[in-house]
Amino acid sequence: MAANGNCLISNDWICGEYVRTRGQELTDAVLQHIGITVASVVLGLLVALPLALLARRWRSVAGPVLGLTTVLYTVPSLAMFSLLVPVFGLSAAVVVTGLVLYSLTILVRNILAGLAAVPEEAREAARGMGYGPVRLLFGVELPLALPALMAGLRIATVSTVSLTTVGAIIGYGGLGNLIYEGMRSYFKAQVLTASVLCVVLAVGADVLLLLIQRLLTPWTRTRRSAGRRAGRPAGTEAVAA
Amino acid sequence: MDVVSRTWTWLSTGSHWTGAEGVWHRLGQHLFLTVACLLISCAVALPVAVLLGHLGRGGALAVNISNAGRAVPTFAVLVLLLLSPLGTHGSWPTVIALVLFAIPPLLTNAYVGMREVDRGVVEAARGMGMTGRQIVARVELPLAFPFIVTGIRSAAVQVVATTTLAALPGGGGLGRIITAGFRLTDTAQVVAGALLVAVLALLVEGAFVLAQRGLDPLRRRRGRPDGMEYA
Repeated sequence: MAANGNCLISNDWICGEYVRTRGQELTDAVLQHIGITVASVVLGLLVALPLALLARRWRSVAGPVLGLTTVLYTVPSLAMFSLLVPVFGLSAAVVVTGLVLYSLTILVRNILAGLAAVPEEAREAARGMGYGPVRLLFGVELPLALPALMAGLRIATVSTVSLTTVGAIIGYGGLGNLIYEGMRSYFKAQVLTASVLCVVLAVGADVLLLLIQRLLTPWTRTRRSAGRRAGRPAGTEAVAA
Repeated sequence: MDVVSRTWTWLSTGSHWTGAEGVWHRLGQHLFLTVACLLISCAVALPVAVLLGHLGRGGALAVNISNAGRAVPTFAVLVLLLLSPLGTHGSWPTVIALVLFAIPPLLTNAYVGMREVDRGVVEAARGMGMTGRQIVARVELPLAFPFIVTGIRSAAVQVVATTTLAALPGGGGLGRIITAGFRLTDTAQVVAGALLVAVLALLVEGAFVLAQRGLDPLRRRRGRPDGMEYA
């Protein structure tokens, strides 16, 4: 306890004094991190949905869309951000655009898989009740595809939180900025605190999305427990349980 | 665009390719780190995954380790290792980080591959009097092959990306061309380095896709049974 005030000088990994005196800096970094993540995931979803619908409608679109998003996913984050610098300059748009491109891979695939799993009977019933294509999509197909979509959204969000840190290379990395600065000045407490906060953000976002998913799709709960009893690999369902 | 022509000029300048800071040297470092760490990770992860998959134990571990690998930022781990006592030991922080991040895709895919093997086939093999070891070697491993290769592919792409990132805390590899470009505020060099990294990653991915197609006649299910799970 006596070392409390000295931990900044002795450069300890865990330092309450750091958290106390740099609270504002940490808050700002967390807010920037959340801002970049939310913007990227929301934009990613807005782009992925029409892409998935186009890919489903026309087989000739599906191949290039899936191929291109896979290629984008392969490009390392540092290279991705660097390639976008000439387009947007040193701005947050570089990081957000890069993260949107990454999230597309997971989101498009999961939306497609979710839509493909909608039972044909449900579609037929809706058509028989006079549903047009738009109402069929938003009233029947998307709700039934929600479990797959949300699973993809959770993976995309967790990856995005983690990849945002790389944005530090151009100064828009949220908590990554603190890690980067801490690396340069050998400031252990700053690096560890920012890293831990990053993981907390990722796990928190994942749990939040899981809760939203449970609320939105109450009908899947019985099915999921039945699936588990059958001993199938739990796949994405077991995230951060 | 001006950047395009300046990037081309950078890439076509011979002096940028030679010497200790040159592309060839950085590429050599990148490839060495990638291959070495991939081999270490395979040696660590694959036997564990195959054993767990064969016994049908530790499924939660195999899935959760993959999720944990996603949630922990690579950059943070690289910097934490650099500041740890290991940081004074040359490339070791980088090597450890690379291995740590290559293990989840290897473990998860190999485990899922082993579990996806038709139980009926395994029972039939057991009924024929095969021992556990024979079942693993002659039945489960061949059938799990596509999953295992997919895991190695994901891990390889991951390692290439992480090696790039290792340039931030001062590791070797092509990422150094990018970070040096940023320090010199030389956009052409940044873009040139990024292009080289992207091409390398795509070549690695492409090589594995071809190897997978060529080596395995049993490709089932369209799409990729990898970390990007279908729900």
